[in-house]
Amino acid sequence: MSPSYQDLIAAAREVIPEVEPADVASRVASGDGPLIIDVRETAEWDQGHLPGAVHIPRGFLESRIGGTAPDSDQEILVSCASGQRSLLSAQTLHHMGFTNVTNLAGGFARWKQNNHPVEVPRILSAAQRSRYSRHILIPEVGEEGQMKLLDSKALLIGAGGLGSPAAYYLAAAGIGTIGLVDDDDVDESNLQRQIIHTTDRVGMNKGESAKQAIAALNPEVQVNVHPFRVNRDNVLDLVSQYDIIVDGADNFPTRYLLADASLMTNTPLVHASILRFEGHASVFNPYDGPCYRCLFPEPPPPDLAPSCGEAGVLGVLCGVMGNIQATEAIKVLLGIGDTLSGRLLIYDALGMTFTELKVRRDPDCPSCGPNADLQLRDYEAWCAGVGSHDHAGASA
Amino acid sequence: MSTVKIPPVLRQAAGGERTVEAKGTNVGEVLSALCEAHPAIGKQILTSDGELHKFVNVYVNDEDARLMQWTDTPVGDDDTLLILPAMAGGQ
Ligand SMILES: [Zn+2]
Repeated sequence: MSPSYQDLIAAAREVIPEVEPADVASRVASGDGPLIIDVRETAEWDQGHLPGAVHIPRGFLESRIGGTAPDSDQEILVSCASGQRSLLSAQTLHHMGFTNVTNLAGGFARWKQNNHPVEVPRILSAAQRSRYSRHILIPEVGEEGQMKLLDSKALLIGAGGLGSPAAYYLAAAGIGTIGLVDDDDVDESNLQRQIIHTTDRVGMNKGESAKQAIAALNPEVQVNVHPFRVNRDNVLDLVSQYDIIVDGADNFPTRYLLADASLMTNTPLVHASILRFEGHASVFNPYDGPCYRCLFPEPPPPDLAPSCGEAGVLGVLCGVMGNIQATEAIKVLLGIGDTLSGRLLIYDALGMTFTELKVRRDPDCPSCGPNADLQLRDYEAWCAGVGSHDHAGASA
Repeated sequence: MSTVKIPPVLRQAAGGERTVEAKGTNVGEVLSALCEAHPAIGKQILTSDGELHKFVNVYVNDEDARLMQWTDTPVGDDDTLLILPAMAGGQ
């Protein structure tokens, strides 16, 4: 006669010792616990589990245990809801050659009854699993990465040409908090490229307008509107509330201010700038790779640095460059891939070419070098000063 | 002849060209040839002493010429020079 379920359990008890929850709890508390494998189903695990346990549903035990416990002498405690599935799982591990396998007596139910500490895993809601399903399918993102994005805070300087697409896609990606710094109002001439705004919101503050668009796209995103210009009095307070800066400013004083604030607060800076058919993009990780001033020690004079308002910009160029910034921001936040740190990417829309330049850390950099005396300054005056010093002489 | 890529802000000074061919065996010579052919560019990127302004980055292929031998960096016919001033636009 083939063995019954009770027979299987009895046979497993012969080879697998049981351990009382109290003994495990004291060992876990002293940091000397065994590797705990929880073999329950995902829905059960999500309700709570032993602290530090690793979840391998019973159906995946044989295929996944090697990745978790490469050493067959390793002490393994198996747990489930009441101690029976885990007993059979422990026996499987025993058959697979693991020599030091025990079973949690009474399972998670008795553990909880005895008031031992329980860890409840953070999980995405059903709505979030659905909304972000295409991210979750990507191994480099997954549920864990999506949760990181939901916990992330991105500060966008400017809700204009670069900020519009960047804010839109970062909001869609589920960046939990987006700060929008812009003191400007939506103008009809913005709508050729600043796609987060609409014709009926002309006259509204750009941050407020973008907040409405984001609320319609992804109501879960917290949008902080900062309807003022970033300056040396408010920059450190502002930047320190965020994990990353996305620089879409339209002038050099603000760009150099942000570069220094990025270093002072140790906040990564995702850079892009645009003019006519051309865009630049890079990533500046504080003290890990070059900074903005390593690349551009000084700004050019005003006649060599026209704004988009003066020289024009192709509307769709903003979409390409703003989305390169959003891409880099997501990679930095997730810690995946190779970012543009140490590289300047130049996109020429007219020739449809991408050129990459190497950017090296300047050992004498006045902002990030070892002898730098980094402090916030009057960037307006500084940019005006270095831009004009002997340029006037050159045209004489 | 080396190829010099002209940034958007200097294109008008280069007669609207996006790339210009210029002769020279090093960065300094190529830029001199460029400024001779297009004096308006020289007015923008050179100081009154004929030195390059500090705000002008020059790349030979993908490397910063300042980190090589600056204006003495040798260049051949297959090399591309890129004049790169910072851009501020974002809105
Ligand atoms: Zn630096």
